[in-house]
Amino acid sequence: MGKMTGAQAILESLKLEGVETIFGLPGGVLLPLYDAIYESDIRHILVRHEQAAAHAADGYARATGRVGVCLATSGPGATNLVTGIATAYMDSVPMVAMTGQVPTSLIGKDAFQEADITGITIPVTKHSYLVKDAKDIPRIFREAFYIARTGRPGPVLIDLPRDVTVDELEFDYPEIHLPGYNPNLKVHSLQIKRAAAALMEAERPVIYVGGGVKYSDGHRELLQLAERIKAPVTTTLMGIGCFPEDHPLSLGMLGMHGTKYANYAIQEADLILAVGARFDDRVTGKVASFAPQAKIIHVDVDPAEIGKNVRVDIPVVGDAKSALAELAKAVGEKPWGTWYEKVAGWKGNYPLCYSTEGETIKPQCVLETICRLCPDAVIVTEVGQNQMWAAQFFTHKDPRHFISSGGLGTMGYGFPAAIGAKLGCPEKEVFDIAGDGSFQMNIQELATAVVNDVAVKVIILNNGVLGMVRQWQDLFYEKRFSNTTLYRVPDFVKVAEAYGALGLRATKPSELEGVLLEAIESEVMTVVDVVISPDEKVSPMVPAGASLSEILELESADPAAQTPRSYAGPSASEILELEG
Amino acid sequence: MHTIALIVENRPGVLVRIAGLFSRRGFNIDSLTVGSTDNPDYARMTITVDGDEVVLEQVTKQLNKLVNVIRVSELLSSESVERELAIIKVAARKEDRSEIMQIVSVFRAKIIDVSPRSLIVEVTGSDDKVEAMVRLLRQFGIKEMARTGKVSMVRGTKAMVP
Ligand SMILES: Cc1cc2nc3c(=O)[nH]c(=O)nc-3n(C[C@H](O)[C@H](O)[C@H](O)COP(=O)(O)OP(=O)(O)OC[C@H]3O[C@@H](n4cnc5c(N)ncnc54)[C@H](O)[C@@H]3O)c2cc1C
Ligand SMILES: Cc1ncc(C[n+]2csc(CCOP(=O)(O)OP(=O)(O)O)c2C)c(N)n1
Ligand SMILES: [Mg+2]
Repeated sequence: MGKMTGAQAILESLKLEGVETIFGLPGGVLLPLYDAIYESDIRHILVRHEQAAAHAADGYARATGRVGVCLATSGPGATNLVTGIATAYMDSVPMVAMTGQVPTSLIGKDAFQEADITGITIPVTKHSYLVKDAKDIPRIFREAFYIARTGRPGPVLIDLPRDVTVDELEFDYPEIHLPGYNPNLKVHSLQIKRAAAALMEAERPVIYVGGGVKYSDGHRELLQLAERIKAPVTTTLMGIGCFPEDHPLSLGMLGMHGTKYANYAIQEADLILAVGARFDDRVTGKVASFAPQAKIIHVDVDPAEIGKNVRVDIPVVGDAKSALAELAKAVGEKPWGTWYEKVAGWKGNYPLCYSTEGETIKPQCVLETICRLCPDAVIVTEVGQNQMWAAQFFTHKDPRHFISSGGLGTMGYGFPAAIGAKLGCPEKEVFDIAGDGSFQMNIQELATAVVNDVAVKVIILNNGVLGMVRQWQDLFYEKRFSNTTLYRVPDFVKVAEAYGALGLRATKPSELEGVLLEAIESEVMTVVDVVISPDEKVSPMVPAGASLSEILELESADPAAQTPRSYAGPSASEILELEG
Repeated sequence: MHTIALIVENRPGVLVRIAGLFSRRGFNIDSLTVGSTDNPDYARMTITVDGDEVVLEQVTKQLNKLVNVIRVSELLSSESVERELAIIKVAARKEDRSEIMQIVSVFRAKIIDVSPRSLIVEVTGSDDKVEAMVRLLRQFGIKEMARTGKVSMVRGTKAMVP
């Protein structure tokens, strides 16, 4: 390949890794690298805040399954990435984050814009590198991408001192030699046999599916297995889309804001097959009373997840897709039975629902309408009530079509992640289901989207409050609404227009469908301000520390005034007609 | 108490990753030693941790995930030799000296420094032995103590190498 500078070697390595798009913002120590980017084929998206670069790389990765790449300068640029890196780490997202660093000769001297970013990010990266010598660049980049995308995916950080990007090297992309890194993908056949036998024996099995099935691309194998043994399937927030929610065996999401029927099924099950899920406390409720009657089979590529939070009877270490394929082969066909009938009964008796009384737009109805108008959309979310309604009231059917910060719960994630997702999948319609609070945390990215012609549709469920926190104050703090009111400032339509985006607003139920259609038809960056009530709650709910059986329906659910969720459910205008 | 031996890449930052993992996940390190192996690219660590079997399993699995960690293995005291070295500066009045010397000789320890009012004692052995010695010397007044922490190795031909 011949001699080149460190900066050129970085770009050459990115090319060899198939990277087409990166997100970043320059600074002093990155001048040599940005100078090389100036004449390279790589698409560099200039963000307005580095946090957004990390989230956009993350959204790109989640939507496409490829490694997302972001870049920030030393010091404040690097520390601005940290929230985005931590978000990716918690949700096992493959990412390579590059940071500029002061020249090697100045490291440790509190030089201008020096921050020990490898040190700061140790707890939130899968691995990290400080490049000390330009000749290590090809090896380090190859290793970084390999580590980021294999096994349990995660973010890897590469810190690049300025001199290293200027020094010359002989480019050679070496073979990977990592004696301390051996992701265990192959499943053990004996464990599969034991698991298959347990599945055949079980009378009340439930398959509990997490993000790991999405990362391993195992949704087809999952469908095959579930249909063979007639086992109902529930997904975590991160597993949403791995099993079609309009399937008779679908239980939707489980956990704190999951469906009643998913949580009841878990509590009554005699066997749980957990695949690529990590028994998060939002899922298990009180661990001691989680699935009290069930044997647990746990399939996970990360051995450290097995037995971390709950006791496991049959551990299966390995890739979810291969485990599901092996299991589907190893089990026999089972008939539809009384367990299915029982679960179907719960589904009929306790559907997700909401009150349709009153003159305000219902956020749940916003999601149902979007689903009806645009069933194949990619739904990205912010954090809070908006996120839970997006999980509950859109009928999710495809993996990688629901993108949300679950583990860290990062407000401000959704919009930049949606920009990344749209750039990764330009042919798809991408919505950011937003809260008014969250959207303001990265609202400056409107400029990024407008300048780069990224037509994301932001739907703000504008309740004028930090709704999710307020909901807890309402329920558990005697309605003492300390610092959760945002006073409906700013005017989001005007903000959108100021940035050169299309701004739309719906305040009455009768306006909703028309405005959403206009947004869908729009070919530019669009913000829709949907005015909703601050008192609307996410329901049902398992109170913190309670067992899943104690799931509550919140006050808005008066059975007489409920609309059960269904994919072909009534449209906004039909509801209005019902109301008269 | 569990003893874990690690072979790690001998690079800057590795110790920080390992120590950070323990503190972040709330595992208690009781002692930690690091030193080179016969191959300069690798270092060996011996860590003793407090906690039950579940904690031990998590510690081992989490350590294994670190890219710079090559091997992790629990060493059972019944199957290994374990040694710790301590140097102890003990107050030594004239009338106590002979008793201190006696204790030193019973423990096959050594006196490595003598001054008018104190002695420095060096003792090597299992941590129980070191502990017993420390307890006995306490009556004279321990002025200063430095312990290496435990190093450990499985008996027999089985070897833990990179
Ligand atoms: C406001 C709020 C409310 C929430 N409420 C809920 C709720 O009600 N219900 C809910 O479910 N979540 C909820 N969450 C999300 C929750 O916090 C967790 O993020 C989520 O439950 C974790 O999902 P998971 O178990 O699928 O794990 P993930 O974080 O997706 O982890 C994936 C697992 O799969 C493994 N894995 C990765 N790749 C593979 C592979 N190839 N093969 C096999 N295994 C693999 C990983 O090792 C890991 O163990 C909420 C979050 C927020 C912010
Ligand atoms: C960065 C960050 N800060 C604080 C929180 C705590 N938090 C969780 S939900 C929430 C409210 C979100 O408000 P909004 O975006 O308006 O969404 P809503 O719940 O109203 O739909 C807050 C403050 C968080 N998750 N992330
Ligand atoms: Mg809000």
